[in-house]
Amino acid sequence: MGSLDTALAVDGVVPRVERRDLPSPRVQAPLIQGDKTFAEVTREVCAPMDRRPGLAWWGAFLVAAAALAVGVAAETYQLFTGIGTWGLNNTVGWAFDITNFVFWIGIGHAGTLISAILFLLRQRWRTSVNRAAEAMTLFAVMCAGVFPLIHMGRPWLGYWIFPYPNFRGSLWINFRSPLAWDAFAISTYFIISATFWFIGLMPDLATVRDRLPEGARKKLFTILSFGWDGSFRTWHRYELVYLLLAGLATPLVISVHTIVSWDFATSVIPGWHATIFPPYFVAGAIFSGMAMVLTLMILARMLMHLEDYITPRHVDVMCKLVILTSGIVGLAYLTEFFTAAYSGNPYEQFVFLNRAMGPFGWAYWTMVCCNVVVPQVLWFRKVRRSLGAVFVVSLLVNVGMWFERFVIIVTSLHRDFLPSSWGGYSPTIIEVATLVGSFGLFFTLFLVFCRVLPVIAMAEVKGVIAHERHHAAAHRHAAYEEQR
Amino acid sequence: MSARQVVGLFSRDEDVVAATAAARRAGLSVVDVFTPYPVHGLDKAMGLPPSRLAWVCLIAGLSGAVLKLWFELWTAMVDWPLNVGGKPHNSLPAFVPITFEVMVLFAGLATVGAFLAVSGLRPGRKPHAPHPRVTDDSFALVVRDEGGAMTGDRIRALFVEHHALDVQERIDPGEPRR
Repeated sequence: MGSLDTALAVDGVVPRVERRDLPSPRVQAPLIQGDKTFAEVTREVCAPMDRRPGLAWWGAFLVAAAALAVGVAAETYQLFTGIGTWGLNNTVGWAFDITNFVFWIGIGHAGTLISAILFLLRQRWRTSVNRAAEAMTLFAVMCAGVFPLIHMGRPWLGYWIFPYPNFRGSLWINFRSPLAWDAFAISTYFIISATFWFIGLMPDLATVRDRLPEGARKKLFTILSFGWDGSFRTWHRYELVYLLLAGLATPLVISVHTIVSWDFATSVIPGWHATIFPPYFVAGAIFSGMAMVLTLMILARMLMHLEDYITPRHVDVMCKLVILTSGIVGLAYLTEFFTAAYSGNPYEQFVFLNRAMGPFGWAYWTMVCCNVVVPQVLWFRKVRRSLGAVFVVSLLVNVGMWFERFVIIVTSLHRDFLPSSWGGYSPTIIEVATLVGSFGLFFTLFLVFCRVLPVIAMAEVKGVIAHERHHAAAHRHAAYEEQR
Repeated sequence: MSARQVVGLFSRDEDVVAATAAARRAGLSVVDVFTPYPVHGLDKAMGLPPSRLAWVCLIAGLSGAVLKLWFELWTAMVDWPLNVGGKPHNSLPAFVPITFEVMVLFAGLATVGAFLAVSGLRPGRKPHAPHPRVTDDSFALVVRDEGGAMTGDRIRALFVEHHALDVQERIDPGEPRR
């Protein structure tokens, strides 16, 4: 208490605590439980990296690696045989692969929401989950990238999507095409997310480096940590760089899914050609991503024993974001129907009636149930506090959001303007295996990440602990002054 | 002539902030402070000027946008004019998405590159921390004892007054102060 008084007395150094900054009488539970010291944070977060993985990790890893192997086998087969191995036809020319692509890109968005948007909004609860959420973004973007690449049919020519000087005359890509926009948006998103993640990791890599004994691992971490030594001159610049990257990533994440929605909205297909698509896709992406963060965090909390860091309060806040985005997505579904009904355009009206009552009605109602009906249970505090219930809801939301993309793509295509060209669609086993493989890739990478890098942003968590301690001390100080 | 450095080790951020401010008031030159997380108020206590990296971000972002827009216009209007669905060659609105993405890419990478360059961070660089625990749970204040303002003993007393756990004197290793 004495030293805090001294610190507060140094004019202009520590801003004086004003009454509105004080915690409200209904003091919330601390963000990090167990009254940790900084050394405990380091020890506990680094513990999974030091010990051998347990049976649960090995079990999960083997399942994920097996799924990845299935995917690799399916992709190798279709590489050699061609994309005729898919269930596409003249009417439905885009289906499973683009569904998976949009699904995975969406999953990635919650990572950037947590790391960048919530950072700008000064939400301190993000620190326990941002590292894993950013890793999730990177892995999800990798999974997403696989699908357009194999969709090209000749993935070894994938670089043709970028402009480069070539020997075929003055031949350039068409910058007016949303597919070229996609290539730029996704590669920029991946590069900036990876940079943001690495910059965030740097102080923690140094912490790991300084506690390792001499050896190959220490050498590796010495290279990776770039010589970080906690110098405040570096911290001072680091904080600005982090803020700038967050500021850049925020419009970037919105632009990426907006551009993905333009892949559809710039066409003239009824059901796709809608001005609501950009905000609808961005909200849906954050909705599905938040559900995936919840799935992963509940698993990581259990497998890595991080109960004190990922607390019920974190789950509670994320659940509230799920309810919010579920509401936005539900409103978008209604708006689409209203716009179709109000448009007076029979093709537009038919597409929406066909979505709900046609041959893919089951997919539409699965989507509505999982995305709009099920998340409503999160209004109840009791459900938000039950990790098992939240886990089930998060899984159902992921199923629902996958079906949302499927419904948008397949139901809009399978019955177009001419009844003579109407068709159906069902995925082949190769397409299903590719989807399974993408989940395998995602979970394999995530499980490896959990073992080799600190899952919790240690430096940021220490900052949060110090902040909470200062607030509590300032509160006591103010109460003491008042009594006097 | 090698000057001497005095290193004080602290366990709480408020102590290191107060000690830094006191050291500067006493006329000492603060070489650096080492902390496990960014401590708020320490930049003011150390008297650090605001970083200019935001300018790098702005200039790089604008350059990226201008370069990309020029490239799109040059390819579509000059080098390979092609009639795509009757759209004009300079279809500016269609060029906005990629211009925006390239702007963000240039701004982000240039800012990070400039940050690494001015902070001297690079793969495999040897860390200069005075104590291994500054990346874990301790705070270290390093001041230069030039023999003018204060002697080593008085600096030690000042540090102890601010609850320093340990105070050490060492020869200035002459590291570049970035």
